[in-house]
Amino acid sequence: MATIIQASHLGKIYANDSVNTVALEDVSFSVNKGEFVAIMGPSGSGKSTLMHIIGALDKPTSGTYYIEDTEVNKLPENKLAELRNKKIGFVFQAFNLLPRTTALKNVMLPMIYAGIPKAERERRAKEMLTIVGLADRMDHTSSQLSGGQMQRVAIARALAMDPAIILADEPTGNISSVQAGEIMKIFTDLNKKGHTIIMITHEPDIAAYTKRVIQLKDGKLASDQLNGHKFYGHR
Amino acid sequence: MDIGELFLSALEALSLNKMRTFLAALGIVIGIGAVIALISLGQSGQMSVQSSIQSLGSNLLTVIPGSQRSGGVNTGFGGATSLTYEDAKAIASSPQITTVAAVSPELQRRAQVTTGANNTNTQIIGVTPAYETVHNISLQEGNFISTDNVDSMSKVAVIGPTTASDLFGDGTDPVGQTVRINKIAFRIIGETVSKGGTGFGNQDDLIMVPLTSAQKLLFGVDYISSIAVQAKDANDMTTAQNQIGYFLLARHHLSDPTQADFSIFSQADILGAASQVTGTFTSLLSGIAAISLLVGGIGIMNIMLVTVIERTREIGLRKALGAQANLIVAQFLIESIILTFGGGVLGMILGTTLSYIIAKVISLPFTISLSSIITAFGVSAAIGIVFGWYPARKAANLSPIEALRYE
Ligand SMILES: Nc1ncnc2c1ncn2[C@@H]1O[C@H](COP(=O)(O)OP(=O)(O)OP(=O)(O)O)[C@@H](O)[C@H]1O
Ligand SMILES: [Mg+2]
Repeated sequence: MATIIQASHLGKIYANDSVNTVALEDVSFSVNKGEFVAIMGPSGSGKSTLMHIIGALDKPTSGTYYIEDTEVNKLPENKLAELRNKKIGFVFQAFNLLPRTTALKNVMLPMIYAGIPKAERERRAKEMLTIVGLADRMDHTSSQLSGGQMQRVAIARALAMDPAIILADEPTGNISSVQAGEIMKIFTDLNKKGHTIIMITHEPDIAAYTKRVIQLKDGKLASDQLNGHKFYGHR
Repeated sequence: MDIGELFLSALEALSLNKMRTFLAALGIVIGIGAVIALISLGQSGQMSVQSSIQSLGSNLLTVIPGSQRSGGVNTGFGGATSLTYEDAKAIASSPQITTVAAVSPELQRRAQVTTGANNTNTQIIGVTPAYETVHNISLQEGNFISTDNVDSMSKVAVIGPTTASDLFGDGTDPVGQTVRINKIAFRIIGETVSKGGTGFGNQDDLIMVPLTSAQKLLFGVDYISSIAVQAKDANDMTTAQNQIGYFLLARHHLSDPTQADFSIFSQADILGAASQVTGTFTSLLSGIAAISLLVGGIGIMNIMLVTVIERTREIGLRKALGAQANLIVAQFLIESIILTFGGGVLGMILGTTLSYIIAKVISLPFTISLSSIITAFGVSAAIGIVFGWYPARKAANLSPIEALRYE
């Protein structure tokens, strides 16, 4: 199977006013096309930091990182923007919807930057919102939506450009278990359609939806197992 | 994403943040509006004073009693009693004074004037026939005061159009009517043509009577308040000023010019003094305008900077979704330009309307100075654009995560 993500010896050190925080240290792994991976670990173990690097939103301080054949660290700023736009759909831990903006416009946003014509943008955004079950909430702004609904708008936005890789930072962290089940069903369906999905979660029963679990501890990779507790090996 | 889409995005962002847009635009509107209105009013005032003085005539010298240095005590403008009708007659008939065309001795006082129905308080001027030439008076009806009237102390009067309508109403012909000035009846023999003057030195709101009648019958004095002298030529002004000065010194038995009990002003002197006053006035207004501009500018700056956190996060999000950094900066720049130009145009309309209304209310001429518009507009636009664009550029250079975390 083709490798889509290849991370080697990733490290991230935050240097803030003389205090250096080591958030990631020597993390290596790879992900094949079509995999469904959960990243787990205690709070502060570096899960979000790793996810931001995978999503090309932040740069590692050491190590290399490939998406397909592209070395992401070496890309110029405009190519990075294109990569984020076309290849990656990111669902933030804190949703990050545009305030005072309707669900529909939020979902249309990445398509604006891809130069998709307005009619097409609107059609696709409606389609995505329907997939996440928000057909009747398209004209609501974020303040008029529940946490679970905002989460689903964020997912619809991540799907809008039909990206090969979907990265979700605790997509079920702020919502009830019923809603969490619905969202996991969406991800499972997307994975069946061939999207590669990497998802951070705290909860083992959410991780159980995935096929592989990567554990982080103190910024280091602690384990990497196929679901069913079989050792998968560092790759 | 083309320029049209960018423009639409910018408009959308402005309409989504109505409060922010409103407050920033308000700063611009007030800054520009205040500057335009204040500068315009200052200039209108200056123009009004200058045109009033110029309407006195460029060949005109004014002799007033008292001097600025009479033994350290200033007797005040027109307060002294050292000039007489005889002085004026002597100036007119002296063979030594060659540059003078006409001499108009005048006595000005305010007095209560009544008709049967109405009464008003107005300027009474005791004049000789020379007044008509010296001050360019034209009559719309009747005759001016004659030498006979002056010699025989007649109870006749020539009335200004404003006073006439105050006393008799608009339709009535005042000539032939009688007015009582300080309870003495005067017959109106003429009405002047309106000079359109306003405020300072209004030449439409007055009543002229023979000088002798004013002195003896109305006010019981034997001095006059000023002598207006018309020079033969505008180039003779300095010569005329000297000839009259030395002549009057001799007549008043004074040897030293610093002891003079009179002063002579040309229109240029008065204009100079007045310009100084109105210039100070305009500087003062400009100062206030500059402060308004500063306050407006700080308002714009504040609102732009206060929203930086939210907007930096917005920029981080847009970058995370794949926006090119230069596109984001372009959108923010367009937003700032729309904001400052929209606010600027509103400010211009407000400032212009305001100064137009005020000018009409206090009957000043209405002027708008292009340079004040350009300055005000330039300053607010620069502040608006710089403080809209600079934080955006800074945020766009952060990584998406840094921008999203910004606080
Ligand atoms: N901008 C930053 N500056 C300094 N330290 C940071 C910064 N961002 C994260 N860290 C530190 O890096 C470490 C890893 O943070 P990270 O957000 O990746 O944790 P996490 O595993 O996602 O935790 P959680 O489950 O609570 O979301 C933490 O110790 C955190 O304090
Ligand atoms: Mg996290």
